Amino acid sequence: MSGGSNGAGHGPTTSASTNSSEQRDYVTMTIGDQLFGIPVLTVQDVLGPQNIARVPLAPPEVAGSLNLRGRIVTAIDVRPRLGMPKRDGDKAAMSVVVEHENELYSLLVDSVGEVLSLNSRDYQRNPPTLDPRLREFSDGIYRLNSSLLVVLSVASLLDFGHRLEAA
Amino acid sequence: MDDLLSEFLTETNENLAVLDVELVKLEQNPNDSELLSNIFRLVHTVKGTCGFLGLPRLESVAHAGENVLGKVRDGELDVTAEAVTLILACLDRIRTIMGDLEATGTEPQGDDSELIRNLNAFADGGRAAAPAAAPPVAAPAAAPAAKNSTASIYEQVGGMGTIDAVVEVMFGRIMGDLRVKSVFEGESIDHIQGYTREYLAKICGGPDSTAPHPLAGRAMSDAQFDALCGHMQAALNALEVPQHIAAMVMGMIFAEREAATGTPAAVAATVEEEAAPVAAAPKPAKAAPAKKEAVDGEAKESAVANQSIRVNVELLENLMTMVSELVLTRNQVLQILRKHKDSEFAAPLQRLNHVTSELQEGVMKTRMQPIGNAWAKLPRIIRDLSHELKKKIDLVMIGQDTELDRQVLEMIKDPLTHMVRNSADHAIELPEERRRAGKPETGKITLNAYHEGGHIIIEVADDGKGLPLDKIKAKIIQNGLATESELEGMSDQQIQQFIFKAGFSTAAKVTSVSGRGVGMDVVRTNIEKIGGTIELRSQEGKGTRFSIKIPLTLAIVSALVVECAGERFAIPQISVVELVRASPTGELKVERINDTPVLRLRNKLLPLVSLREKLKLEPESSRTSEDTFIVVTQVGTYQFGIMVDRVFDTEEIVVKPVAPILRHIEVFSGNTILGDGSVIMILDPNGIAAASGQISMGDADAAEKQVLRSRAHSDEAVPLLLFRAGEGAPKAVPLALVARLEEIDRKSIEHSNDRLVVQYRGQLMPLVPLDQYQAASQDQNGQQPVLVFSDREHSMGLMVDEIVDIVEARLNVDLATETPGRIGSAIIAGQATDIIDTGYFLSQAFADWFGSRRADAVGDQSKRVLMVDDSAFFRNLLTPQLSAAGFSVTAVDSGDKALALAEAGEEFDLIISDIEMPGMDGFAFCEAIKKSGRWQNTPIIALSSHASPKELARGRTVGFDDYVAKYDREGLVHTLNEALSEVRGAA
Repeated sequence: MSGGSNGAGHGPTTSASTNSSEQRDYVTMTIGDQLFGIPVLTVQDVLGPQNIARVPLAPPEVAGSLNLRGRIVTAIDVRPRLGMPKRDGDKAAMSVVVEHENELYSLLVDSVGEVLSLNSRDYQRNPPTLDPRLREFSDGIYRLNSSLLVVLSVASLLDFGHRLEAA
Repeated sequence: MDDLLSEFLTETNENLAVLDVELVKLEQNPNDSELLSNIFRLVHTVKGTCGFLGLPRLESVAHAGENVLGKVRDGELDVTAEAVTLILACLDRIRTIMGDLEATGTEPQGDDSELIRNLNAFADGGRAAAPAAAPPVAAPAAAPAAKNSTASIYEQVGGMGTIDAVVEVMFGRIMGDLRVKSVFEGESIDHIQGYTREYLAKICGGPDSTAPHPLAGRAMSDAQFDALCGHMQAALNALEVPQHIAAMVMGMIFAEREAATGTPAAVAATVEEEAAPVAAAPKPAKAAPAKKEAVDGEAKESAVANQSIRVNVELLENLMTMVSELVLTRNQVLQILRKHKDSEFAAPLQRLNHVTSELQEGVMKTRMQPIGNAWAKLPRIIRDLSHELKKKIDLVMIGQDTELDRQVLEMIKDPLTHMVRNSADHAIELPEERRRAGKPETGKITLNAYHEGGHIIIEVADDGKGLPLDKIKAKIIQNGLATESELEGMSDQQIQQFIFKAGFSTAAKVTSVSGRGVGMDVVRTNIEKIGGTIELRSQEGKGTRFSIKIPLTLAIVSALVVECAGERFAIPQISVVELVRASPTGELKVERINDTPVLRLRNKLLPLVSLREKLKLEPESSRTSEDTFIVVTQVGTYQFGIMVDRVFDTEEIVVKPVAPILRHIEVFSGNTILGDGSVIMILDPNGIAAASGQISMGDADAAEKQVLRSRAHSDEAVPLLLFRAGEGAPKAVPLALVARLEEIDRKSIEHSNDRLVVQYRGQLMPLVPLDQYQAASQDQNGQQPVLVFSDREHSMGLMVDEIVDIVEARLNVDLATETPGRIGSAIIAGQATDIIDTGYFLSQAFADWFGSRRADAVGDQSKRVLMVDDSAFFRNLLTPQLSAAGFSVTAVDSGDKALALAEAGEEFDLIISDIEMPGMDGFAFCEAIKKSGRWQNTPIIALSSHASPKELARGRTVGFDDYVAKYDREGLVHTLNEALSEVRGAA
């Protein structure tokens, strides 16, 4: 489990991957118009709209906490985390539940799509011109036929450590 | 084997394993002081425990090792390979002895004198003694021989320590022996053990006692008596009481039995016989226990094996989590059931409910242990200590049944033992002293444990002599932890807190009990590791009370569920005192003082906290309901009310830690899932109180001040109070000089004797306007902001127009001025600002400001003071202040100029010198003066904003008589007077 997430977290190695094509599975999701993906093995659950209890005084990225089969899951809204505008009030968010350092987190996104098996031939590193906020949380990009898929790094999304210290 | 002993073995083996690793680490990082103190503490623990268990050989080896480590810790020895090798050899020896101890239950015989000599020699000289040196074997051998001939049996046996151990071993055996166990039925075994101890001591010629004969009124057969004697003999052997002494002791017991019952002395022969083979063997250690096991049979062994099994704590933890889930699920199911009356599930669910509750309780119990377990060793320790120290001590234990988590228990065990030991060793006085102080001869140490506000409080109190403030102060200064003038400004309580600092111990000599400064800092570290706090209250002559507060981390607690602004929260029931409903029309209503809500409750004003505002849910004004529920909450001794909208039921909840990203929010202690499946936050009353700024622990305060102080020192940036008064630029004054900021109703300002005064705190306080014309232009209404400067008996108010801000800035007076009351101008917060000369206004308000002090301390003629400081600001700040205090001040800006004055034949009573100066710094200046010349005997005081212990030490070496922090006006004047009066006294 952890091995899977580690390997996938960094994306396929870019140096040698052009020749040896390797298939990897990603759960796709959208926020706004952008397609994102995270390695399927890091995902524990995909949930529909949930009852999320607000946590007063929490940082803006923390949407609240929810109950997943008796475990308390902290909901992280990916939009403010990526520096994107707030979701429309009437649109319910979907949850992608991941485990990070023995804690469960639910990533709130606009919608969750299918699981895609992607070939490492189509993978490449972030273009240097990418928005620095996005670059911080992304491992790389897949070129799909119709669009581009940004691979999100779960570890850096949930690493609040240095930010809190800086605050 | 004694339970205590086996516990000691496990513990020490663990410690030894750690020590091996740590020592090797230390060799690689010789400067790691934390590592070193850890090693030192572990060895200290081993030594201490050995002492209590009566293991002299282990104790002496460990003591020698500790000696070497102590020297290393104090910096007298370096961490060399040789040192580490020696310590490791010492550990190996301990391990060997322990091995035998484990196998046989007794300390093996052997000679450690060479190792100990090596260790001691190393401790003294930094080098191991040459192995060639002839071991002075003769001396130790001769000593016991000499002792034998003169000492009483009591002393030869080894005193109360050995007798106690013998009785302990003996009763351990008796309890395992079905033949004789029945003899003592119907009486507490502790009592019998006590009687036996006293009895044995008596017949050996030790202290007399009035305790009943242990066998008084107990019928028993001769066979049983013989068996008892057998156990006694075995115990004597086990503790290596010399054969002939043991025989004498046994002989006396038989003689007494014979006298009492008339049984022929033949019995003695059989026992003698039993003892004979043991006596014949030169090393009885192996033989005796082997026999013991054979005699005691399997019953005992299996009993021990059945008593407990070792279970991995992680397994228990998992079990606990699962049960928690089960409880929550059950709650959910029950909630559903309530909606469906007459369901056929009702009966089975009720059963499930009960079973779950019991299961939960059971699993909780696996982790929870009564605190009495941690105290079990203490009575024995106190007993031994009181004998060793010749004190009379009563140990009172209250609340032994208070349960707490096993892990937490383990963590506080050692600190508690340390503290009780300290109390017995340092705090409780000798009976003689106590009588003289009008106290009962027997000192009392009280342990008290109870639950409060979601925490466990453990108090360790004694009625001894309290913390000696003078000794603590001396020690603080000696160790460079603070300066005299800093101490001057501290409350007694703040000074007492210093005993928690590393390397602090006031015990005059190192005893086997305590006094190496291992104590309180370790205690504090251990307690803080588990999120606890320790507080100290001490009164000299009356006693000391430590109060340890430990949170209950893992627990199911009963909580009150409340609602505020549509959100629900849980408040631990344990900190809730009562619930009050307030409404604007009812008898109880929320009132406001300047927007701060309060409630009149039974003739007391209860401060209120609006949860709505505290949690930034919505402004208090937007609340809809008229009624307010107030949860009266107790934190420590402090009560306050939390305002909420609704109160629901109480519910059993499982406290779950919040996610790491939320952990910094101090008002929450955790979160939980309610019966209906919703997640809610658990409020932490302590956090709320702290966040409301309503709790200030003495200690936290001090820490904060420390921070402020160090901040003030860095870069010489000082907090300045900015204000406006009169025309022109904003004014500033160092905040440290201001006692308080007040707003005074202008109507209350009165004229008296041509001056403006106001009644303030029961006294008349003169008010001085900053500018003369400012006073005239006042309108007579509204509030007058005033800066209050305060001395011990005088207060004076400086009237200003507006207090602007407090800023931290470097003070560089760029433009000096001739205007009275101004020191000059400086750029502060990007603006030209007038720096106010407080000394001028002080002397305006009171012609005799400082007068009283001058009269009693300095004398009538003014003393000449030379001030050396490169900073114009300080010269300008201090000169008027010192003048106001009655000194005649000459100020120069460098050491060279000062020395030129000396050449020129000037005389001064005292010199104040800055430390950091360009060119010749304060140290060099002081050295130059003290070396020779006419000022050799003039006292010289260092003035600096940096006060590292190192610098203090250096200052003392070069000859500074005292040290004062800049900005510390009070301290400076005081120190000056002190230094001058010393000179006078000496003259």
